[in-house]
Amino acid sequence: MIEAELGRCVAAFYPGATGVTGAAKLSGGASQETWSFDIVHAGGTSGAILRRAPPGYGASPGRAAGLDAEATLMQLAHDAGLPSPRVMHVLVPEDELGTGFIMQRIEGETIARKILRDEEFAKARPLLARQLGKVVAGIHGLPAAKLPKLREITATKEIADLDREYRSFGWPRPVFELALRWLRERDPGPSQEVTLVHGDFRHGNLIIGPDRVRAVLDWELAHFGDPMEDLGWICVNSWRFGEIDKPVGGFGSREDLFAGYEETGRKVDPDRVMFWEVMGTLRWGIMCCGMMQRFRQGPDHSMERAMIGRRSSETEIDLLRLLAPRA
Amino acid sequence: MQDEPTPTELIKAVADFLRNEITPAIKGHNAFKLRVGINALDLVTRQLTLADDGDAAEQVRLKQLLGADGSLLELNRVLSDKIAKGEVDLQTPGLSEHLWQTTMDKLAVDQPNYGSYKRELGNK
Repeated sequence: MIEAELGRCVAAFYPGATGVTGAAKLSGGASQETWSFDIVHAGGTSGAILRRAPPGYGASPGRAAGLDAEATLMQLAHDAGLPSPRVMHVLVPEDELGTGFIMQRIEGETIARKILRDEEFAKARPLLARQLGKVVAGIHGLPAAKLPKLREITATKEIADLDREYRSFGWPRPVFELALRWLRERDPGPSQEVTLVHGDFRHGNLIIGPDRVRAVLDWELAHFGDPMEDLGWICVNSWRFGEIDKPVGGFGSREDLFAGYEETGRKVDPDRVMFWEVMGTLRWGIMCCGMMQRFRQGPDHSMERAMIGRRSSETEIDLLRLLAPRA
Repeated sequence: MQDEPTPTELIKAVADFLRNEITPAIKGHNAFKLRVGINALDLVTRQLTLADDGDAAEQVRLKQLLGADGSLLELNRVLSDKIAKGEVDLQTPGLSEHLWQTTMDKLAVDQPNYGSYKRELGNK
């Protein structure tokens, strides 16, 4: 039934479009959905993705940049020659599809286990860390004047947010306390350089092809801040999927990531990257605890959420490996 | 006294049935959900088997570390509070060993296949 609205919508912006076919919901919570579909036109079909908040869900929750900002950022990345889908259309009220945007669908893989194990990606794997370093440097270098309004995050603020969230659970975790203390003692203060930060640069949000990174997705957590945050986040062990000796997403080395980053003329501060890796590990652990809270309080009473709660101990062992390594 | 079979035996029997008989018949998103469900049952079995010993040892360590008595939850609250205030830290004798052992015992129940856990088991 969404195909009727999509059909009317694409007819208005896509030259020669006669309708849409194959609409399928890829993911969706209550407030945000992603749909894949094909635009039918005289020359054949073109793959497209709709990202939207359905009618009645206007405001974006807490940390989210908002769908309008996401569309702007993706288009800016695309225009700068970074691997990013072209934004085809930003929804208007007449579309009757809610708020959001339609973008080009890029073929490739986002599932980490396939990217790390399938033969199809064997050639790409050794190249990815360096490519991603270059890509993320490009994101940090996007022209400030064109960027949308986004919140700014400092290390100090992030520590305070994590502290508040952890305490709201009312469940003692000595290892998280140790990490919070460690972070506070080493808080580098405001970054000298503040840039656009993607905020969720990791497996799941990267489309990988057999030869290279094809697209960076999901700018929902984009903000202004310390550019080293993105480099630390992609090194968090939770995204290595068992390949624990390859810190960058289970496929590459920090050296390669940093070399790609510095190829563009930007500089890496490895100590700050490590600081953000610890922060990111704690952050994922606290997010896992948050899933368990939502499972308890509903409305999402799913066993997937419940089981993610039991993954927070994974971040505890990773924090100990970082902060108190055994000889 | 409750009769046999034990909860562990019952859960294991259900998990084995789902794994061996139902899994091959289910496709798509429900296959994913079924796998998560079987993982949950396996986790419960591990907890029923392992947690009593782990909890008892943790409580002994906490009493010694804190010089205080209380339930496991109370003692963990006290330890958390002391770490937050900086009254104990990694220089405190026994703290690092305690956190490591406690975390290893949690992983043995939660995710025994987690890469970091397997590595640290080998390093012991």
